[in-house]
Amino acid sequence: MSYLKRKVLAIQDGTYLLTNALRAIFTPPRYTVDTLIQMDVIGVGSLPIVLPTGLFTGMVLALQTYRTLTRFGSASILGEAVALSVVRELGPVLTALMVVGRVSSGIASEIGSMLVSEQVDALRAMGTDPQRKLVAPRLYATLMTLPLLTILSDFIAMLGGYVISLTIAHLTTNEYWSPAYQSLDYRDVTQGLIKPVFFAFVVALVGCYFGLNTTGGTEGVGRSTTQAVVVASVVILVLDFFITLFLIGIGFA
Amino acid sequence: MSVENLEQPGVGQVAAIQLRHASLAFDEKRVLQDVSFELAPAGTLILLGVTGSGKSVLLKVILGLLKPDSGEVLIEGEDIVPLGESELNAFRRRMGIVFQEGALFDSLSVYENVSYRLWEEGQRDEDEIERSVRQVLGFVELEEAIDKMPAELSGGMRRRVAIARAVISQPRIMLYDSPTAGLDPVTANTIDNLIVKLRDVQHVTSVVVTHRVPDAVMISSFVFSPERQGLLPASANGDGNRVEPTQFIVLKEGKVYFRGDRHALVKAQDPYLRRFIE
Repeated sequence: MSYLKRKVLAIQDGTYLLTNALRAIFTPPRYTVDTLIQMDVIGVGSLPIVLPTGLFTGMVLALQTYRTLTRFGSASILGEAVALSVVRELGPVLTALMVVGRVSSGIASEIGSMLVSEQVDALRAMGTDPQRKLVAPRLYATLMTLPLLTILSDFIAMLGGYVISLTIAHLTTNEYWSPAYQSLDYRDVTQGLIKPVFFAFVVALVGCYFGLNTTGGTEGVGRSTTQAVVVASVVILVLDFFITLFLIGIGFA
Repeated sequence: MSVENLEQPGVGQVAAIQLRHASLAFDEKRVLQDVSFELAPAGTLILLGVTGSGKSVLLKVILGLLKPDSGEVLIEGEDIVPLGESELNAFRRRMGIVFQEGALFDSLSVYENVSYRLWEEGQRDEDEIERSVRQVLGFVELEEAIDKMPAELSGGMRRRVAIARAVISQPRIMLYDSPTAGLDPVTANTIDNLIVKLRDVQHVTSVVVTHRVPDAVMISSFVFSPERQGLLPASANGDGNRVEPTQFIVLKEGKVYFRGDRHALVKAQDPYLRRFIE
């Protein structure tokens, strides 16, 4: 099969995956227990990597911004600078990238090994639609938890900035939080919460896609896992740019 | 090739499984080419062939997991090829399959694996489900493993749990994909015993993919005796140990290379066929 034909087929398969998973919301059977388990695995399980990432990103951001701002004598807007970059951009993107590393890879390897050991065929043989049983719960769980993880990560990042503003920039609590709080309007917050919804689709569906398209036995599972992480990461960064461009275009950011 | 002495369905009897000129290709590779056969209810079909000859693919075609590019697949008289996934599920409920390595769900216990299908079919009465699970695990003599995880089981035990999982909804057709591959002879013997027992006690139509000659011999020439609770050599003269003649199909590169009964296969001089007899 030619390269182009394979790519077109991949897009077709991906679209099927998306539409089938969405259709599964509205029609039974639903696998609620599986969705709850996945929310625990994906959401709660990602906290140990998402929170430190947020904390240190916030701290390093404050550190770098503070050095620049002091050159222009505007260290007082440190809180605003940190809050805006974190809420609009860094929080959603870095959280999604960290979750890709953990969740997309996990989904791809789990579904991939189920596929090569014929467990996916066994599901179908017993009358279960793998799209509903495996894909849909992972998608919903990611859709529900990634925005929440992003909110936590944003908060921890601002807290990290606060630590730096107290210890290194010697700002008071009020000098940091007031501009931070006042500079954020609903558009910033909405933008920061729209992005994780789109990223959640990428995280879950890219993982499922590569898992379900695993070929070549156990070795293939490793390959799928790597591909899932690489593709999902790049897609998230590209998508982030276009979402931002679009939101600015409609005057939303 | 010889096609006499085959158990063709009698007049007015619908074949349990019938394939008519089924062909399937993955890209340029043709995995099934014009495969046709017919298997009567409660009959046995043994599929032989080297690796890559299309045996496992054929099982998946019968189950509707793969669709042939052309030809018909009739299950109890109805063509399943044009059916969608949800309609196929009704047919799959009549069938059970044992995959090569068992394909048990790693994340579920033996109990959850075996009861999976009952849950999926909407049964919610825990006591009833547990009774059914214990009954089928008793059938494969593994009741003590009910709370174990698949990773704790040996290869033979996994296969037996897979058989229990397949038979819990009392299928009329059982498909076995190399059920004894990678097992020691004693364990393989136990699996063969179960296949024969299931066929003779519950009159299940059986399709067995294998490359082991002892499996083929055992399944085609022994019957299960309920009085003796064990296997007896089958005799064709009607003294009570009669078994329906077993059909053998040998596949080569996706084509039916041989189709006939055991005697025809044993007598064959063809070098490809001799590989499965010697």
